[in-house]
Amino acid sequence: MSKDMMPGFELYQPDSVDGAVDLLGRYGGEAWALAGGNDSLDWFKDRVKRPQYVVDLSGLDELRGIREMDDGGIEIGAMTSLTEIESSALIQERYSVLADATRRVASPQIRNASTIGGNVCQDTRCWYYRYGVDCYRAGGNECYADTPEGQNREHCLWGADRCIAVSPSDMAPALVALDARMVVRDADGDREIAAEEFFIGPDIDIERMTVLEPGDVLTAIRIPADWAGARFYFEKVADRNTWDFPLVNIAAAMFVEDDTVQSIRIVAGAVQCIPRRLTAVEQAVTGQPKNEATAAVAGQTAVRGATPFNFNHFKIPLLQNLVTRAIRDA
Amino acid sequence: MSDKNLVTGPESFPEPRFDDGALTQVASTKASRRQFIKGVIASGAVASSAAVFLTACEPGEQGAAPAAAGGVERLLTLNVNGQMRRVDVMPNETLAMTLRYKLNLTGTKLGCDRGECGACTVLLDDVAHYSCSTLTHAARNKAITTVEGLESESGELHPVQQAMIDELGPQCGFCTPGQIMSAVALLTANPNPTRDEARLAMSGNLCRCGAYDNYLNSVMRAAEMA
Repeated sequence: MSKDMMPGFELYQPDSVDGAVDLLGRYGGEAWALAGGNDSLDWFKDRVKRPQYVVDLSGLDELRGIREMDDGGIEIGAMTSLTEIESSALIQERYSVLADATRRVASPQIRNASTIGGNVCQDTRCWYYRYGVDCYRAGGNECYADTPEGQNREHCLWGADRCIAVSPSDMAPALVALDARMVVRDADGDREIAAEEFFIGPDIDIERMTVLEPGDVLTAIRIPADWAGARFYFEKVADRNTWDFPLVNIAAAMFVEDDTVQSIRIVAGAVQCIPRRLTAVEQAVTGQPKNEATAAVAGQTAVRGATPFNFNHFKIPLLQNLVTRAIRDA
Repeated sequence: MSDKNLVTGPESFPEPRFDDGALTQVASTKASRRQFIKGVIASGAVASSAAVFLTACEPGEQGAAPAAAGGVERLLTLNVNGQMRRVDVMPNETLAMTLRYKLNLTGTKLGCDRGECGACTVLLDDVAHYSCSTLTHAARNKAITTVEGLESESGELHPVQQAMIDELGPQCGFCTPGQIMSAVALLTANPNPTRDEARLAMSGNLCRCGAYDNYLNSVMRAAEMA
């Protein structure tokens, strides 16, 4: 590990979101939007990402805070810290799945600095890619993880398309389960994108993990009232309790009446390049009694079609168990 | 540079830049064969000599100081341990670097320099942060507290520091300043934590000696003392 300086860049600290959008649009792919900095500075220190212009969003108070919306939902500014989200009474009361997911992210210090926007925009943890090799995701013509010797214990079960890396976020599955909307600003103004469409796999663009393009700024995340106060489940399995990224995580929101599942959204993380919405599970359990038998069917349904690599077969029973528990214990 | 990319692909690391905006359509900080080809397809022509010329002209070439245009001022006034300190800070400087190598506050340790160990923990407005993963420029409007700023004006140790001594908290001591700062942040926010709350609050600090229980005992004693 080098402990010398990061390569030089020009740092901008705009005092408005429009100023940031302007800078990021002007410098395009040479610019980097800096949120909490925990992921970004690692990239710079390792010399794998070398932006010439860094736009620090940390001074933008308009991107911070948790607000109630008129329709009963809430809006979370993209630069709101994870600590603020996990300790928000509003979120704990209405969307506890999000607070539970947030609490499992990294370490206390990282949650103090990290932002929800940065968390959902962070890049994948595939160590080959992060090491700076010329893999597909880095613009090359090879995947080092998808080889007989490739260390792919953390990699995907679905959606492999040259790249087999997975989404590393704990917040993203919770946000997709809550049917959140991502508010993105560019030079033309704001647009709202469903969380489910915000994340993209290698089949759409192998070099990025979200729809954001140079010049876009994620300004807020809106959570509609639809799932407020639902029954929730979040669980993350990782090698270590602190710091570590998920091997698999699961987020579910469901409404149950007379012990019957009325409606449900359930999403798994770290099994695909995007948070994987388990629509087959949703269909299998909707209208069914919420009991052990339904939970068992849900678990089996969840893993159908999973295609493991040499070292990540364990993710299949892991996901199956997590889904079973989510349906049973939510 | 672009010729090499075109022919052999990005083999060397770090790679040379290819920055001709007119040719590259997909924006990225790294040059790649794919981008080059995409750019060529989009613009319908290859003008490699022009690309080399433009690349050579750009500011902020690898290793060189960035051009002065725009961006932040380098002379900052930082509020460190209650004192206003004037310091010349580069844009790409972390707070840990500034504290240790510009302000001589070497109590703050650098362990991993990647936000994975907690040795560099300092307080920003009473909240624990990894100073290795914070740009100094992002901390300029905050009250920075390091382990040197904990003792009282009369030279008395902070209750957490005293408790660390009383409970034999540290073993080798390298992670101790970070552990202390995490404990101070906890007790500021929650003066009477349970042992589990303390465990959680201290979970962002690694101890290679494994003196975790000793540290926890210290935190609990400090909570009693304060």
